[in-house]
Amino acid sequence: MVNTNLISLLAEGKPTFTDGGIAAEYTWLIVVLPFIAALIITFFGKYLPLKGAEIALATIAFIFAFSSYLLYLNVIEGVASEFYINVGSIGSFDLEFGWVVDGLSIMMYFVVGTVATLVFIYATNYMKGEVRYTFFFTSLTLFAGSMLVLVSSPTLLQLLIGWELVGVCSYLLIGHYWENKENSSAAMKAFITNKIADVGLMIGIIVLALSTGTMRISEILYQSTHDYQSLKSVAYLAGVLLFIGAMGKSAQFPLHVWLPDAMAGPTPVSALMHAATMVTAGVYLLARMFPFYQGMASQALDVVLLFGVVTLFAAGLIAIVQDDLKKVLAYSTVSQLGYMVAAIGSGAYTAALFHLWTHAFFKALLFLGAGSVIHAVHTNSMREMGGLRKEMPRTYITFIVGTIALAGLPPLAGFFSKDEILASLNHGGFSTYFAIAVAGAFITAFYMTRAVVLTFFGDYRGSGHPHESDTMMTTPLLVLAGFAVAAGWVNIPGVYTGFTDWVTTRKNPIIEYHPESFDYFALSSGLIAGLVGIGLAYYVYQILGKPEDGDQKIKIDSVWKLLENKYYLDDFYFKFIINPTKSTLANIVDKFNTNILDRTVNMFGIAASYLGNLVYEKFDQGGIDRALNASSSSTDALGARVKLLQTGKAQQYIMYFLSGVIVISLLILLVL
Amino acid sequence: MSVQPFLIAAAGLFSIGIYGILVRRNVVMVLLSIELILNAVNINFVVFDAMLRDAMLQGQIFTIFIITIAAAEVGIGLAIVLMLFRNRKTANINEFDLMKW
Repeated sequence: MVNTNLISLLAEGKPTFTDGGIAAEYTWLIVVLPFIAALIITFFGKYLPLKGAEIALATIAFIFAFSSYLLYLNVIEGVASEFYINVGSIGSFDLEFGWVVDGLSIMMYFVVGTVATLVFIYATNYMKGEVRYTFFFTSLTLFAGSMLVLVSSPTLLQLLIGWELVGVCSYLLIGHYWENKENSSAAMKAFITNKIADVGLMIGIIVLALSTGTMRISEILYQSTHDYQSLKSVAYLAGVLLFIGAMGKSAQFPLHVWLPDAMAGPTPVSALMHAATMVTAGVYLLARMFPFYQGMASQALDVVLLFGVVTLFAAGLIAIVQDDLKKVLAYSTVSQLGYMVAAIGSGAYTAALFHLWTHAFFKALLFLGAGSVIHAVHTNSMREMGGLRKEMPRTYITFIVGTIALAGLPPLAGFFSKDEILASLNHGGFSTYFAIAVAGAFITAFYMTRAVVLTFFGDYRGSGHPHESDTMMTTPLLVLAGFAVAAGWVNIPGVYTGFTDWVTTRKNPIIEYHPESFDYFALSSGLIAGLVGIGLAYYVYQILGKPEDGDQKIKIDSVWKLLENKYYLDDFYFKFIINPTKSTLANIVDKFNTNILDRTVNMFGIAASYLGNLVYEKFDQGGIDRALNASSSSTDALGARVKLLQTGKAQQYIMYFLSGVIVISLLILLVL
Repeated sequence: MSVQPFLIAAAGLFSIGIYGILVRRNVVMVLLSIELILNAVNINFVVFDAMLRDAMLQGQIFTIFIITIAAAEVGIGLAIVLMLFRNRKTANINEFDLMKW
């Protein structure tokens, strides 16, 4: 284990942080433990009283405690260090794994630890009696562990490994109810869409590694801020390729299609995936590589910004027409991820991470709240909900808190983070994008209010009698509601901007804009957009008549149809990518396979079988077997004769014995 | 004192014992012959002990051990013979060829 002390080398300017001491040295524990726990759950989980859930809970609670301590360390003095373990070398290439303990990683550890702990507690109850309960917790633990591998990674290679592990775990979890074709298709879709994006990431990593000669992220970042020519020449390409990878995991338009379908998984999975462990990976990657983008690939940032803004707007619009409660939240996630990516694109590192931070809490809250509702009414469709505020008061209150936080009203978390993004866009002079982001804030408020009204207001339209979920499920909601209220207070311009210091505590200095005081133009635009959105939606869906008729009043058929079909993206993919691939390409590959590959393989097979027969007959049967048989049969014949000596008569034996004695005695006498 | 006559007597006794073992058909007689061989050995022990004038009388002490063991052996031997006789109704040693191939 090597603690590379690059502080003097990498961080020009005064180091305002420590190396984190023993806690940082043992951070590998929280990365490795989930995998050990997953193994234990797999093999022994079924024999335990809680079917393996207790091991998952204990592990995740430890991760939560450990990351809280790291966060505490980071808050009081700042922590930044890297640890490398050299596994082996191939030529000049060192295969290294390790872990990073710096502001960015610690923030991610904490988000994963907190959200996962609450989701796990929730899931023990939510999943009670479901199929493959134990396996579910295995995958869930692995999922959290994979994300920790990703965010703890000091090298691009380990990052890629974590990245793919997250993909695999999401596949397992989305397809948890794989007996249903739809669910397994959704899992497949998520996996393949991500895979397509991963190709970009992989090529990007190869390009970076070849041009810098190292896999270490911090060294790549160092080179990118020090005008290394070989890196500079490929910076734009590498920047875009990495962003393509991020587009898959962080569901950016047009690769967002997997995420809404991923709702097929159980609700705790959705909560975890949308808040902490999967979709944040792309934003994390961009944030981790931020000095690179800023230093050399600033043109790539324009692409990032464009896609972020398109995503936040386009996905928000689809959310308005959804009837499935979870899908509203899913598109909302896509849209909020658009905000984060747009923030990175506009050069606002802290703003993006701040939104990631607040979003993690209130989106987890909203998903768990939706899960609580779904658990009570046994359907996802908001058409069959309504009036639940009376039956489910706790879920209702917490859901409202989450909604307000997401819509961005002060003093809840979303207000501060969204405001910072808007302020950054405004400061960067992107007036068009700023306008779209404000419109996005309006859309966000609108669809969330619509969802709340359809779910909790009016009269109950479903069947049966829904009732409040029990405390194992509502307690995480209350805790998350607390976070959704307070998480934004760690970064209030002009009052306390601790969060900025947390996440900028890195070995590679971050140069970015973060507002020292409120940008009142951006603030009031965002706030007004949010308020108008809420007010308009409340007016249309609640005051004008029954909630379920609200859609009819604002419906413009052609637009509605376009949105309901999700801009025909899926159809487009099917018509122009999937089906052509399946028909043409698959045919060609099939021909190639049967005529060339198979034939070659068959030829080898026939030759090998002929040779084998030859060897069998001549060498094996004729040589070895024969020799062995001969030796055994001769032994047998000899034995048949010798055995006659054994008559069972004691006197004969004594005769033989005495004759022997006499012969030997005579010999001795004669010789001596 | 000459040891030769004693050794000759012992050898004679030994030969008689061997003859008995090889020739007699009755198991009891075979056992008796074994006793004769043992006693031939005893005589040898005592004779050589006396000849060498061993201060610790090792030869004679050995003889006593052999007598004791011979008694035990006869006890076991006779018991086996008794059981065989009960099962086979005969004491003919040629009938007892159970340990054959």
